[in-house]
Order: sequence, then C-alpha cells, then structure tokens
Amino acid sequence: MTAVPPAASAQRLVGRDVPRVEDAALIRGRGRFVDDIAPPGLLHAAFLRSPHAHAAIARIDTAAARALPGVQAVLTLADLAPHLTDTRLVVALPSPAYRMELHRPVLAQSEVVHVGEAVAVVIANSRHLAEDAAALVEVDYDPLPPVGDCVAALAPGAPPAHRGAPSNLAAEMVLEHGAVDAAFSAAPHRFSEQLSIHRGGSHSMECRGVVARHDALEDRLTVWISTQTPHAAHRLLCDLLGLENRALRVITPDVGGGFGPKLISYPEEVVIALAARLLGRPVKWIEDRGEHFVATTQERDQVWDVELATDGEGRILGVRGALVHDHGAWTARGVNIPQGAVSAMPLAYVVPAYRMAIRAAVTNKVPTTPVRGAGQPQGVFAMERLLDQAARTLGIDRAEIRRRNLVPGDRMPYATPLKTRGGMQVVLDSGDYPRCMQMALDAAGWAGFPGRQHAARASGRHLGIGVANYVEGTGRGPFEHVSVHIEPSGRIVVATGAAAMGQSTHTMLAQLVAEQLGGDMARVHVIAGDTAAAPMGIGGSNSRQAVLAGSSAHVAALRVREKVLHIASTLLEAAEGDLEIEGDAVRVKGVPEMKVTLAAVARAVAGTPGFAIPGGRGPGLAASEEVVIDAMAYANGTAVAEVEVDAETGDARVLALTFSHDCGNALHPRIVDGQLMGGIAHGIGNALFEHMRFDEEAQPTSTTLADYLLVTATEMPPVRILHMHSPTPLNPLGIKGVGEAGVIPVPAAVASAIEDALSPFGVHVTKVPLSPVDIVALIDPAAAG
Amino acid sequence: MSDSRRIALAVNGVQHEAETPVREHLADFLRGTLGLTGTHLGCEHGVCGACTVLVDGRAVRACLMLAVQADGCAVTTIEGLGTDEALHPLQAAFCAHHGLQCGFCTPGMLTTLAEFLQVHPDPTEEDVRVAISGNLCRCTGYDSIVAATMEAARAMRGAGA
Repeated sequence: MTAVPPAASAQRLVGRDVPRVEDAALIRGRGRFVDDIAPPGLLHAAFLRSPHAHAAIARIDTAAARALPGVQAVLTLADLAPHLTDTRLVVALPSPAYRMELHRPVLAQSEVVHVGEAVAVVIANSRHLAEDAAALVEVDYDPLPPVGDCVAALAPGAPPAHRGAPSNLAAEMVLEHGAVDAAFSAAPHRFSEQLSIHRGGSHSMECRGVVARHDALEDRLTVWISTQTPHAAHRLLCDLLGLENRALRVITPDVGGGFGPKLISYPEEVVIALAARLLGRPVKWIEDRGEHFVATTQERDQVWDVELATDGEGRILGVRGALVHDHGAWTARGVNIPQGAVSAMPLAYVVPAYRMAIRAAVTNKVPTTPVRGAGQPQGVFAMERLLDQAARTLGIDRAEIRRRNLVPGDRMPYATPLKTRGGMQVVLDSGDYPRCMQMALDAAGWAGFPGRQHAARASGRHLGIGVANYVEGTGRGPFEHVSVHIEPSGRIVVATGAAAMGQSTHTMLAQLVAEQLGGDMARVHVIAGDTAAAPMGIGGSNSRQAVLAGSSAHVAALRVREKVLHIASTLLEAAEGDLEIEGDAVRVKGVPEMKVTLAAVARAVAGTPGFAIPGGRGPGLAASEEVVIDAMAYANGTAVAEVEVDAETGDARVLALTFSHDCGNALHPRIVDGQLMGGIAHGIGNALFEHMRFDEEAQPTSTTLADYLLVTATEMPPVRILHMHSPTPLNPLGIKGVGEAGVIPVPAAVASAIEDALSPFGVHVTKVPLSPVDIVALIDPAAAG
Repeated sequence: MSDSRRIALAVNGVQHEAETPVREHLADFLRGTLGLTGTHLGCEHGVCGACTVLVDGRAVRACLMLAVQADGCAVTTIEGLGTDEALHPLQAAFCAHHGLQCGFCTPGMLTTLAEFLQVHPDPTEEDVRVAISGNLCRCTGYDSIVAATMEAARAMRGAGA
C-alpha cells in the first residue's frame, strides 16, 4: 500500500465540507430508527427486571401475568433454554488476565446480581399490556449482601457479588516496562496521588431497541437492532439460536447515537429474536430511559494509586502504581477499559520506566464496557494530575513541565515500549505534540493568564486555567469490509460492515467513492450495517470506521475506477490516460461528446451468452476490500480550560475551552469539528455534571435525566478548535480517528483549572465529577461536614 | 385499564379522528396510531425534549400530554414543519451548519426553535441557548445548532421584510 495521502486541494469531495447524505431524511422526520419499524402483527415486549442489587431467586410464578387478556407469552430462562445452544452470552475479548468466568445469562434464573438485570419477558399486544403483566409476575427474592464499591469489593471479607464465588477479583494484570523501582530509588523527586474517576453513562438520546420478525416462507429471521456492531450480533445470535448464517439477517437502522454501550450484544437481543421465532409473530422491545439507567452498560469508575518520579527539572524518570477498576456484575466485553486506561496514561510523554497493576473488581452494578473515550480519560486524568502536582512542587509552569516531557516531534515515528491489547508494539506514527500544545496555549492566552487571574482576584473572583494532553490510539484493526459495485443501471452501491450511529458514515463513504467515480455523491447508495449486504464486518468502536472502512472504500473505488477506465477505453477506442469519469459517464478529456455512460460500461461487462467480455478483465464492475491495518494511528491533542469558581456556592463554570488536535488529514472538516464538539460536551459533563449515584445497597438513585445531568446548551463555554494535520503513513488516506478525542483530556483540564482557581484555599482536586457540593467541601471540609 | 376515547384533532393540517386509550400519551398516539414516527421519545419524563411538538402553536412535550388532551387541537409535528418543495429555514440551516448528527433530538429541536423564532425573530446567541436548554443533544455540543438558528432567524427576518 502506498502511503502518500492525496492532497486535499486536488480533490473535489474529499477534504471538503460537502452536504451530508444523511440529512435529507433526518431533517424531515423521515429517518427510520428501530422504534419506527412496525411490521404487521407486531407484538410488544416488556422485561421484568431485578429490584435488588443482589438476591437469590427462590421462585418465579408467571401464571397471573399469563392470564391477563392480551398477553401472548411470559418467558423465563426455563422456557428459552431448550431453544438455545447456550444460556449465556460468551462475548469476552481474549485476555490472560481473567480470574473468573462471568458470562452473562440470557435471563437471570437462580440469582440476580444487579438492579435492572432481566428476569422474565412479557410479550403482549401492546407495550402497555406487557408492562401491566410484568407487574403481575411474582418473583420470590431472598436478598443477599450486595457489594457496590469496587475497592471495598476487593477488601478481605467483602461479600461476594456472585453467591459462592471465592472472591470479587474478575481480572488482574500488570503493564510494565523499564526498571521502574530502580528509577524511583534514584529519583530526587517523587509525587503520589490517590484519584478516582466516576462511573457514568453514554446516554445516547435514543435508547436501545430490538425488532425481530421471522419469515416462515423463507425460514429466515430478520432482527433490527440499534447497535454499533451488527455483524457481531449476527454471529452471537446464529451461535445461540443454532442458525446457519443465511437464516438470520441483522440490520442496523438509523441509530440515535451510540457512544460505546451499543457496541456489545445484550441479553434482550437474544430474547426478542428467539421470542419472534417461538411465537411466529414480529416482536419489538424498546428500552425506555429508566431501563437505560439500569440495563445499558456504563463506564469509568476507577480508583488510582499512582506515583511519579522526576529529576530536578521535572523530567519523568518513572511512573508506577495500581488501579482498581469497577468491572460491574458480568464480563460484557473484557478488561479492555482498564487496559486502555493504563495504556493511555503515559502515551503522550517520554516515560522511561512504567508499571501499573490493574485489578478489575466484580460489583453488584450494571456491567462496564466502553463509553466514548474507553478508559483513556481516566488514564489521562491520572497522568495530568501527577504532572500538575510535580509542577507545583518544583515551581515549574504547568505547560513547561509538559513541554519537557512530551514526545518531541523530531523523534517521530516513536517506538514506545508499550504493547496493544493484541500484543503489538505501540509506535506513535506521526505528529508534533509540543507544537500542538503550544497552539492551544497561545490561543488560550496561557502566558497572560496570571495577569487576568490576579486582576480577577482583586475583585473577589476566582479564575483558574488548566491544561491536559492526550494521545489516542485510533482506528483499531484489523479491517473493515467495503464493497463498491456499479450496477447495470449506473448506480453505485457501496456496502460495508461499518455501522452508522450518527457520525456521518454514509457521507464519508459516499465522498470517498464518488471522488473516484464521477464526483456525484447522489449517484452513490451506501448500505451500512446490514449483514445481508456485507458478508463480514466489525462495526463501530475505537474511533475506527473512517480509518478502516474509509481505507477499504478508497482502495475498492480505485480498483473499480481502474476497470471502468480500461473497459471504457476499449469501448471508446481511446487511451485510458485520455479518459475521465464525470458524473454518470466516462468521457475523453477535452472532447465531452466522446463518452460512454457508466451504465453502458456496466452492461458491457454484465455478460451476454456466447460473447466475449470487452476489455479482457472479467465480468462485472465491482470490488470488495478488507484493507488490513493492524497498527493503530495515534492522534493527539491538548485541551486548555479556563474556569471561574464561586467559592461561596461551589458553582464552577467553564469560561472558555481551547482544543488543539491532530487527526491527520480531515476527510470532512465540519464533521471533524462536530465529532470533537460532541466529545468536548461529554467531557465537560464528566468533569462537572454526570454523576451516576448508587446508595450503599448498590441501588441506583439517579435514574432520570432530571437527576443525572447531561450538559445543555447553556453550560457549553465558547469552544475554540485548532487543527494540525500530520498525515499518518499507516493508511492510504493519512487519517486518524476523531470520534472520541474530544472527551479524553477535558476532565483533566477542567480539574486542573478548578484547582488553580482555588489555589488560595490550598485545594487539591483528586476526583471528577465535581458538583458544587464537592467544591464547597474542597474549600472547607469542616463546613461541609 | 383499557378504557379508551374517540378524539378528533388536526395534525399537520389534516383532520384525524381516532380511538385512543386514555392512558396513551400524545407521542405514542402520533407515532403509533397516525404513523408519524418523526416525533421521537428520548426519556418519557419530560426532560430531553426530543418529543416536542407544537399544539395550537405552542411547543409541548408529547410524552407529558395525553392524547385525549389533544382532542380539538391543531398539532404540528416535524413532518409538518416544511414541505417537499421548501424546507423550513431552520431545516435548511441545520443541514448547512451540521446542526444534526444522529438526528434523534433534531425533530424536538426544530419544533422548539420554530416556536421560539416566531416569538423572538431577532434573538441573541444566548437567547437561543436558553430556548433549547430543555432539549438534550449528545452529538453536537450545541454550537452548530445555535449557529444554524441564528442563520435561520436572519433568513426568516429577510423573508418577512
């Protein structure tokens, strides 16, 4: 593969803010989300969920529920098990770190291990009736002691989150390189922090949902799921239902946001698919927001105990420590979050020696799986908090200590001693981190801030500024499938295993393909997230789809283009080099009347019995690609937050946020900005607002959007985004992912700024989010009681 | 429990008469009985604003209003905001400014803002932020929505002049 990125200026679509192909339907209310799908004869499902964080189930009696008029079925695991090859979802990513097997059951049978775990499903003529009947299902629970806190879960004598389990240690591993203890022994300065980052949710505006319809004529089951990974869902459902591939089709309709939790498969998907087969009628389940709070996976609860060793100038000699990760009640994905957190922590800096021990603790809470950022915000928070402390103690400017430690631009590509979860060496491929940080500092007026801060303090106002850097592994491989096909009609059909969830995937692919095949995006029809259209796929996660699917689309389109030109040169009796594809036709440059339509080219190679195919390159105008890219493309950036804190009320406002970043080439600058802005808003939520509360019995207590606060338009500060473009040599487009970048450094930058604002009070920030109550307690622990 | 009533209402200028369970909220009625699935449900407790529709010209959360309460009312949903020939200026501006990503909150944003610009044709950016502070969006960070609204307001003032 050549690594020469095409120059944006030479392209007509790629690199430009072309209109999105998704908008025409969405803006008129004509999108088709999963809840908009209503096949004739549709039945509706409601799940009965555990009200206990931990309990044994003595008895489930469904008789009263079944007797309610309009109820078609009430199903428990005992009813489903005979039709399943396994009653568990075995979905854990491979890792040697596991210490317990924690595969989620399709439905709980003898024990519930978190509030919200599904115990039974009611299928009825309406959702109202299904919920009425669910209330009539009698379950005798014997409550068991719950464990809600991940650190307490690992303490000696902690109650087991799963009855009879020897401990709550789900997994443990150590990531290390260099002689870290020797580095600490010899170091003149050491700094330590105890930090906690809090669990939250992704809260896509559309919750999850499933519609399943069994076609008895074709003996085929079609399942629409609001998911980021339709092919993974297809594989799991085929396995569990014992279906051959062609007997099941999974379709991702329009998805109203994903942000991580929709990348895994859920019990409800299995139950609804099976129920439709058993009942012979279509069945729909739409998660409501209350269920989303207790049944959709969450992330971020981690407690870090970390140390930094530096020389007298603040240069990093070593980093070591341990973290406890809240795994939740089941392994719904793996140990990828804490591993991602620990991998992200040192990534922006030259860290000669490093050791971090991870323990993942089982708790009686909904399982944790990636939420936008996937561990990286936590790792960055830990690193940046340590650097702030070192800067303060050593009397070095916070930006300066970072400048001394960032991987310098002239050392790119920089082979780190770190390994990815697949065991591959982490090589920072491109970029100039110090220069990127300087862009943000200059734009934010970092150098002049002490003057502003001083003036504000004179009038009783507490301003603060903070900075945080990140490097993000994007574009996780190994591949994404894309096919490009010019139909005999001349229409260009692109099918992919990539899944759209609002991040403009259709536009991205239409742009890349149209660039090579005539420049008219309206002629390109993109099918994303349909297992009947793409034989394989991985889907949406890890800021990967533009990198992987984009590369495959680009290469497939180039292959089709080459064939089109070759055949057209035969048909037009002209040299290939004299031809261009414009709109719906191939024409001779400078002689526009000498042309042949794409439709005619496609028909010419569609095959006529007894006649040779013109051009000698075989039939059809199609190419299918799975460009394999194992190495991740490392994007980077810097956030600078300026805040004002009211020391009386604890109210903290972000006054300005400056974000510089480098994602290589931008396929669509406006979409890049949009992705960053969404992430930045999420990061502000993680820093100040989003608090998923549980009581001591692991009962969730913030289960509405009135309790769990998402950032609204009035909390958003003025945001300035600055771009650097260091194309990665790892893919033919020179791009890096950008879907998660915005969220990663923002909590760390805001924490730093709040600490700076409250420096007259000697405040030390060790956790996020920080509510006004938390901030008042930081200022005056005694007054806060 | 299954008590129902017959209601008559105008939706997007078309008169409808239908039976509805008394406990069904307006959003479910619009989506289910009338098949107008452009109105989305994000929380069903009145916080997210995705289900906002116009009832007699006022922005209303269709998850907090029972369908029977809309008897005799004129309702406008996202499907009635523009026409195939001419998008509402807000719709055009949302497309131009990348004011939507996944599009799930968009119908509620547009209906909320359509009412707002009727009443406040010349708002400041801060006014717009306050106007949509009851509408949650997880994708955009809101700036592009505010920019789109300012442009739509300019376009509407120009058209009205």
